[in-house]
Amino acid sequence: MMAPAAPPGGSPLGEHPFLRGLDPEFLRALQPLARSREFATGDHLVREGDVAESLHLILAGKVALELVNAERPRLTVQTLGPGEVLGWSWLVPPHRWRFDARALKPTRTWAIEAAGLRALLEARPEQGYRFLLRLLPVVAERLEHTRIQLMDIYAP
Amino acid sequence: MRPDEPAAILAPHPYAPAPYRVVARHAETPDTTTLVLRPVAGGAGPAVAPGQFNMVYAFGLGEVAVSVSGHDVPAGEIVHTVRSVGKISRSIGAARPGEVLGIRGPYGTGWPMAEAAGRDVLVVGGGLGLAPLRPVILELLRRRADFGRVEIIVGARTPSDLLYTGELARWRAREDLRVQVTVDSAGRDWYGDVGVVTRRLPDARFDPAKTVVFACGPEIMMRKTAEALAGLGLPESAIFLSMERNMKCAFAQCGHCQFGAAFICREGPVLSYARLRPMLAVREL
Repeated sequence: MMAPAAPPGGSPLGEHPFLRGLDPEFLRALQPLARSREFATGDHLVREGDVAESLHLILAGKVALELVNAERPRLTVQTLGPGEVLGWSWLVPPHRWRFDARALKPTRTWAIEAAGLRALLEARPEQGYRFLLRLLPVVAERLEHTRIQLMDIYAP
Repeated sequence: MRPDEPAAILAPHPYAPAPYRVVARHAETPDTTTLVLRPVAGGAGPAVAPGQFNMVYAFGLGEVAVSVSGHDVPAGEIVHTVRSVGKISRSIGAARPGEVLGIRGPYGTGWPMAEAAGRDVLVVGGGLGLAPLRPVILELLRRRADFGRVEIIVGARTPSDLLYTGELARWRAREDLRVQVTVDSAGRDWYGDVGVVTRRLPDARFDPAKTVVFACGPEIMMRKTAEALAGLGLPESAIFLSMERNMKCAFAQCGHCQFGAAFICREGPVLSYARLRPMLAVREL
């Protein structure tokens, strides 16, 4: 499948809800770091312990975040869909994934190369700050939802 | 009227349950059972509105409040879905066809179906909270043309904790409503959504200006849902929640179910978020 077409004068990355509205010049600098990836049902986008080489922006499909424990069956703790962001291990040292992510249906993402992205955020602190202001609410929301799930609210 | 006057003696005692016979049972999950009951005396049952509850009596043990999860008044049939968590509910949930339970009711307010006419309807049920919403969904389907878009969001602990799985599958197959199901965690054989119910709200299609919301589930789920919906532009007066408190008498005499100034058994269990929000903000109320 072809990558989404760029709007005139802009970056196709800007069509993704996570990046929409960011400085067009920043998005143009980001574009060379991005490539379109496709995953068939059952494919792993990332595996726990692997180097977090990319930030995945989900364009289509569905992705399960799975915790792997040798003593128990795999546990899906969240699913992500179009418009969402897969993880932040690419940003936080030691830059290794803390979970598996597996496609539950054919899935397409923008994979943004992590080392280049970190360098870009460092080199452009103001735009990097804007970028992190997009990421932090994602982290905060997932933390809040995890806390609610931890309450096991549906238990008798 | 004095209590020893003949009319008082002949009047049905407000605490006296009517005997109902279990005519069918279905194990929804290992700890949750749906029972279909009919009056032992025969005939039609009392009128029931979606959202009301009965006090269900396990003879010799006691009674608990159970939401009505279905009814067929002319046939006298009443449906209850019971989770076995204590001595009484375990006994009720274990009742087999032919056994007799006591029922008094129905009590409380129902879901305001009249307010939903002509508007989009969003139903959000979490865990056992889907039980009192089942009559709403059946009513929406029975009078489908009277409503706008119908969206249903169902949350559960795991896929094996989902209620009414056969009906859920049939509802999901329909084109005139949309059903989203999400669970808190799942194994590899689950290809549906995993996450809290509020994550499904942005995908629900409704017009905030003409939508009525009926939600039931754990209190924190209802509060988070109502907050999220208010954030999406729904007026608090269009969001209705079904509250659970410790019902005893069920007709506003004993005060066990008091929630602030409200008697949940009489003024509830269904109340608007506009009324509930200040009370929900009070800790340990």
